This record gives sequence, C-alpha cells and structure tokens, in this order.
Amino acid sequence: MNFFWDLLLGGLTRGSIYALIALGYTMVYGILQLINFAHGEIYMLGAFTALIVASILTMQGLTGLPVLILAGLVAVLYASAYGFTVEKIAYKPLRQASRLSPLISAIGMSIFLQNYVMLAQTSDFLPFPNLLPPSDFLDAISVWIGPSDFVIIVTSAVVMIALSLLLKFTKMGRAMRATAQDREMAMLTGVDVNRIISRTFIIGSALAAIGGILIASHVGRINFYIGFNAGIKAFTAAVLGGIGSIPGAMLGGLVLGLAESFGTGYISSDYESVFAFAILILILIFKPDGILGRSSQQKV
Amino acid sequence: MKFFPELKKSFVIALWFMLLTFPVLVIRVNTIENIVVWRWINLAVIGSAAFVLSFLWQLYWRRKSAAAPVSVAQTSALTRRMSDPKFYRPFLIVIAALTLVFPFVASHYQINIMTTALIYVMLGLGLNIEVGLAGLLDLGYVAFYAVGAYSYALLNYHFGLGFWTLLPVGALLAAFFGILVGFPVLRLRGDYLAIVTLAFAEILRLVLENWNAFSFGPSGISNIPRPGFFGIDLTLEQSAVYMYFLLVALCVLTIFVIHRIQHSRIGRAWVALREDELACQAMGIDKTRAKLAAFALGATWAGMAGVLFAAKTTFINPASFTFLESAMILAIVVLGGMGSIVGVIIAALAIILLPEYLRVLGDYRMILFGAALILMMIFRPRGLITPAGKTYEFRCSGKPAAPEKRLP
Amino acid sequence: MTPLLEVKNLTMAFGGIKALDSVDLHIEPGQIAALIGPNGAGKTTLFNCLTGIYTPTSGDIFLNAPGGKARRLNGLKINAITALGVARTFQNIRLFGGMTVLENVMIGRHPRSSAGILGAIFRPPATRREEQDIVDKSYALLESMGLSESANELASNLPYGAQRRLEIARALATEPRVLLLDEPAAGMNPQETNELEGLLTRLQAAHELSILLIEHDMKLVMNLAENIFVLDYGEEIARGAPQEIRNNPAVIKAYLGEEDDAEAQ
Repeated sequence: MNFFWDLLLGGLTRGSIYALIALGYTMVYGILQLINFAHGEIYMLGAFTALIVASILTMQGLTGLPVLILAGLVAVLYASAYGFTVEKIAYKPLRQASRLSPLISAIGMSIFLQNYVMLAQTSDFLPFPNLLPPSDFLDAISVWIGPSDFVIIVTSAVVMIALSLLLKFTKMGRAMRATAQDREMAMLTGVDVNRIISRTFIIGSALAAIGGILIASHVGRINFYIGFNAGIKAFTAAVLGGIGSIPGAMLGGLVLGLAESFGTGYISSDYESVFAFAILILILIFKPDGILGRSSQQKV
Repeated sequence: MKFFPELKKSFVIALWFMLLTFPVLVIRVNTIENIVVWRWINLAVIGSAAFVLSFLWQLYWRRKSAAAPVSVAQTSALTRRMSDPKFYRPFLIVIAALTLVFPFVASHYQINIMTTALIYVMLGLGLNIEVGLAGLLDLGYVAFYAVGAYSYALLNYHFGLGFWTLLPVGALLAAFFGILVGFPVLRLRGDYLAIVTLAFAEILRLVLENWNAFSFGPSGISNIPRPGFFGIDLTLEQSAVYMYFLLVALCVLTIFVIHRIQHSRIGRAWVALREDELACQAMGIDKTRAKLAAFALGATWAGMAGVLFAAKTTFINPASFTFLESAMILAIVVLGGMGSIVGVIIAALAIILLPEYLRVLGDYRMILFGAALILMMIFRPRGLITPAGKTYEFRCSGKPAAPEKRLP
Repeated sequence: MTPLLEVKNLTMAFGGIKALDSVDLHIEPGQIAALIGPNGAGKTTLFNCLTGIYTPTSGDIFLNAPGGKARRLNGLKINAITALGVARTFQNIRLFGGMTVLENVMIGRHPRSSAGILGAIFRPPATRREEQDIVDKSYALLESMGLSESANELASNLPYGAQRRLEIARALATEPRVLLLDEPAAGMNPQETNELEGLLTRLQAAHELSILLIEHDMKLVMNLAENIFVLDYGEEIARGAPQEIRNNPAVIKAYLGEEDDAEAQ
C-alpha cells in the first residue's frame, strides 16, 4: 500500500508538471494549429534562468523564500520574453505558409535554443539549489508527502485555476477563446489576432517556466537537454486530453504522469518514456480527438 | 534621414536582445567554486549583431512588400537551368567524371566523408518519397534506418550472414516495419502523424538502448564486417574506395527508381494526395494503400542505407539513431525543395559536407543548423529547387504526337 | 425502367441534428436531375453521403448497374464508390493546384488504370501503353472541355470558370455513370453559365451520363433538368418536372423564407 501511495504521489507530481507545460502546447495549437516544438526549450530556459538567479543570490548569502520568489519571478519573465520573441521570429513570418513550414521552423528553433544554452552555459548537468525554506508545516506533512511534491501539486493547482479564471472571465480570455474557435471571425469582430497570439505565447511560456522551476528544484539538477523529453511528454499529455482543450491538457498531464509512475513502478523503470510514447500512439490511433477534445469533422 | 525609422527600431530590438540574452550569455555561475563569471563582451557582440541583423531584416521585408507578389508558378533560375537539357547534359557528364576520379585523388579521410554524404543522399531521397511526394511528415525516419543497420549487425552476428544477403533483407525488414507502423497511423492527419512517427522512433531507440539481451544496449555492436569483394581481402584504403563506389552505384539506382516512380501513376497519385486528400480519394485513389506504399518504399531505402551505414562504420549503437538524425534528414528534404531529386542530392551533400569541411565551426555547427532551418523556412520555404510540372507528349484525334512546348 | 441511382429513406444525423431526414431520390439512366433548396438544406450533405465522405445514419443508396445487380453504396470507401462509377465536383473547387491541368485530369484516370510500383520501375510495354493511353484520353477530355490550350499550366493559375470546367473534366476522366455536380455555375458570369449549359447537354449525350446537379441558378436548372428534387431543412418538400416545381407553393414558401435566394422567382 505504501508503495502504491508513493507511486500515486509521484505520478501526481509528474503529472502536474506535464499539465503546466501541456497548457502551452494546447493553447498555441488551439490558435495556430501549430505544434510548437520549441515549447520544451522555453521550459528549459525558465529552469536555467531560475538556476542562474538563485545561484547568484545564494552566493550572496541569501536563502529561503525570497530567493525562490525572486528567481521564480525572473525566470517567468524571461521565459515569457523568449516565448514572445520565438513567435515573432520563427512563426509570425510563416502565417501564410503551408502547415509544414512552421513545424520545421519550430524544430529549427528547438535545436537552436538547445545549442544556444549549451554553448553559452555548459553541456554538463548543473546542480539546482534547494530553495524550499524549512517550515514546520512541511516537516509535519512530510510523513506522507514529500515537501517538494506538496509544493508542486499545490502550485500547479493554483496556477491552473488562475488560468481557467483568466480565460473565462477576462476580456482577453474571451478574445483568446474566440480566436481559437475561428480566427477570421474573431478578426472581423475587432480582435487584434496578432496580439492575441503573442499573449498566448507569453502565457504558455510563463506556465512552462513555472513547471521548469518546480521540476528543477524537485529533481535537483538540469542541463540543456531537459526540454526535449519534457516537451514531447507534455505534448503527449495535451493530445491525450484533446489538443486545444484547456481542461483536457490538465487532465491529460495527470493521466500521463500517473501512467508513467505506475508503469515504472510495477513494470520496469528502464522503459519510462516508452510508456508515455506508447500511450500517445494508442490514443491517437483509437481516439485521435483525445479525452476531452472536440471531434473534428472535415468540412467539404 | 531615409532609414531613420528602421534604425530606431533596430536599436530597440538590439536592446531587447541584449536584455533577453543577458542571463544565459553573460552570467556563468560556477557552483563548485562559488564564483560568478561575467562575460560582458558577449553583451556587446549580441547588441551589435542584433542591431545589424534586425536592420537588414526590416529592409528585406520593406523591399518584399514593395515588390509585386511573386506568382507560385514562377520557378527559380536554378530550377530552370536544371530542366534545360543544354545545361544539364554537359553538367551531368562533368559530375560523372568527377565522381569516378574522386577516390583516386582524394585522401582516405575525404573518401570516407563522401561515402557518409552519399548515405545521406540515399536517406534524403527515401524520405523525399514520404514527405516530398506524398506529403506525409515523418519525424521518425531514423527508425527505418536503425532497423536496417541492426538487421545487418544482428543477423550477421547470430547467423553469420553476409552483406549481400542482408542488404535486401535489411531493406525488406525496414519496409515491413514501415507497413507495421504505417498501417495504424496513416489515417492520422498531418501533424499528428509527425508526432506518432517520432514516438515510434523514440520507442525503438529506447528499446534498443535498454534491451541488452537483444541489442547489446548502449554499448552497441562492433566488428561488423565490411562488404566482401569476391572473397578478396581488401586493405582499409581499398575497402573505403569499394564502399564509395558501392554507394555511388546504389545512389544511381535510387535516383533511377525514384525518378521513374515519380513520373508514374503511383507518383502522381502521391502528389495528388499531398495536394488534397479528399479530392484525391474522390478520384478513386485508395488513400490508405497509396500512403502505405509511400511509407514502405521510403522505409526500404532507409533500411538499405542502414545496412550500408553499419557496414561502413563497422560499429553501431543506439546513439546514432536519435531524433536529431531524423531532423537532419528532414532538413535535407526541405532544403532541397520537396519532391526534387536534384535538390535533395545537393542539399544532402551540402548539409553533410559543409560541416565536415567547416570543422572550424566546431560546436557552432548545430546552432547554425537550427538557425538555417528557420531562415530557410522564412526566406525560401519551397527549397533550393522547386520541382516543375512535367510536360507530356500526347496523341489525339488522329494527329501525330504533338510535343508541347515547355512553359516559359 | 430501373433507376440508375436510387436513394431510399436516407437519414444523416450529426449528433442530434438531422441534416437529412428520410430523403428519397432516384435518377434514371441518361437523365439530368437537379437538387435545389435554400442554403443549409442538406444538399451537399446528400452528395457527401452519395460519395462515401459521410456514412449515412440510416437508409440505403443503390447503384443499379445495367444488366448487373444493384450495389449498395453506403459504407463503401470514397474511392470504391468512384471506381463503381459515381464521380463528383466540389462546391469550393478542389483541384490539385500544384499540378498541371493535364495532370489533374490524368489523376482521374487512376481507377481505370492499374500500373503498380513494379510497373513504374521496369516500365514493361503494357505499362507504357497504359501511360500513353492515360495521357491521350486526358488530353482528349481537355479538348472537349476547351481547356487544351492550357494543358501544361498549373491548375491554380486557371481563371475561375476554367477551374470549374477542369473539375468536371477530371471527374469525367474516372468514366462515371453518374456525375454529381455541386454548384457548377457558382461564380460564373451569364455567358459562362450559358456555355456550361450547352456543355452539360453535350456531355450527357456523348457519354450517356446521368447528371445530378446542385445549383442555385434557377434558369440553368429549369433549362437542363428533367426532374427536380427540392430539399428544405433536410427533408424533401417537392419533386417533379420544372413546371410543377415552379408553381409548387411549398417550394415558393421555402425560398421566400430566405432572402439569399430571392432571385429564384
């Protein structure tokens, strides 16, 4: 039972992170029908920025919550800026091109960003400082849930609720949903589509950065290549939930996290990623619209 | 001043990029010795580079929007040259002569590089069937390549079968794998197909990496024999030359076969499928069968290239079959102009040879590769050479064959 | 006489909405029939059911080959239906824009030819003959449609009216018994529409074709069609000869209810 509980928690933790990154994929796909291959790299950049800021601050003798918050804030800002810039350079000029072009451009961007970080920083794994401040509360609950697991699950939940509220109740959220439904129609009703696309990238990147910081402090080390795997898995999660659907991405992330966790626990730990990929394939073959996706009938 | 608005904007963009790249490019934290290295010079470099590039970028778009819209039918000068017999006949003869003479004047090292490049020509032409002709975006092409390579290595290891037996076997196994993968996934739409093929390739790689009993895991398989030459023992240099000519021959075969298929009933069906899937079916074309054929045929060539790769390097491990490899082959197809045989050959040679000879670039090769993909999509999305429509000769209503003039 | 194409009690539901509700329809061999109705009446949906793009929720579609037994079409794949002899054009023209005009028609020969990969590689005499036959027949079709001048141009570069004709040529290349035309005159000027009328009459005579067309241009419909079916909200509200339809109160009501088609007096 204890083993089961550990796997469940591990799955939820993992799944929350996947969900955070998956949201970025699903939002961009909803609006541009583009698999933003570089999204995983944004997540990696978020983690790296947080690492750099946190390391400098800890060297100055600072510790605890202020470091975490400051590093997190800077990382989110930077990741959003990167997301914004990536869209302007690699996707915006290709709005009118065939669907393959932006996808290939995205692959190029992904390779570029990985190597950019590798060259500017290092190809080795870097240790990520433990930023969780010691607290009585976390100590108290650590009997049945790890402190960082707890923080990840709670933070993700809060962020996702905030996003849902934003999309549901703000003017920007409405414009985003309208653009996702029918870009041309949204444009006709006075929505500035370019601005909406930029904001989608900014929000998606911010979410990815939050995921990046959380996982980096949980695992304790990062390198330039962490974005690739996380990106693929988050995309899997988005498809699993039904790409384009916000609640779908959240659900998909959790399901995938749990599946991986139980798969590695009960079957074999060598094949962790294989489970994720296998699930992706099965879902796409048998239910290509995902768990919560709208069915897409081609218009003739 | 004429360019003042552009200069002003470039200045802002330069500032933006300096800010953007600041943490990653300027700061380097050494957590072991607890020191921070500040590399201010990078900031200056990025600032000035961003300024110049964004200025050029804006000029480009300004000129482009001022110029008349370019018709799709207009083909590049290079394309027109390539389809003019007066130009390409002597050109072909020169190429053939150079190809034959090359191994006798080049060094062992250069022959090896060229052989590698030729393997990529085969891979590029094979993937071109799937992506360029049939429009099936396959991000896991490297899986078929791996199937070919491991077929040779494993069947040779266990059963002692030779290169010439295993070349067709590897190709067939890859084709079989292609059908196996293709059957369930080919009804997915474009970008889903891309991800599923990527997933299949990653699964295969992970299995090869972890299933030690089957594939010898990450350490791979070594001492794979080179192809035999009528039972004669070849020196290392001789076998490199042999390998080179083998690949030249197979590339010629590939070009011949693909050229013929491209201008056949099946090839046309693929192009129609790429253009409009629904209309294509309404013309009586079985979508699934056409796609499977493209997939299997593309896989066949990857399988063959895999066998050759294993025979050439005599050592394989899963690290040779990563996603990056698939991306590289895809880049060859895209750069070459999808569907164009000549384009793919030029692109394969460029992508493999340039970095080899530009070793000075060192670690910067991959970042430039990434940037090149993006720039290519922005500035020349149809590739170096855009395939021109074929003209046919027809007989009708009793008139003799009327050779149509090519479009101006 | 047994009808060539017979639709019985056809229903097509999307979720809870019935786009087609128990529709009956039949076309006699060599007849031109028309399917009319206000926008959203379900006309294109019916075409999509007939050509296998949608699988109908219930009901039957039969193709009665002369001398052969009836083939039930529902559930068959799109390409199988084309091979049996039902070809169509699309409301929003769907040509292969990146291929030449001639190649577009050559694609239509696909179900009437057989060369495979091996044939393509080795080009035995049979394949060569077949290939030449494809080219010749396609070119002849282009000539009959007045498109031979632009045989080697890209299809996407043709003017609009010519694109519509090319779609018809492409459909004819599959040697259909029934030709379904989805708004063939849409976007054409009066003169082009006139030419189209003559063209369709000639085609029907030359190929012994049955034609079913969806059309909003009432003059064209009244001139061409022997039999007219009227759909409204997925239900058949009238059928008959042009004269009867013109004076049918239900048809007039359905049309007057919608402003778009006010020209259908």
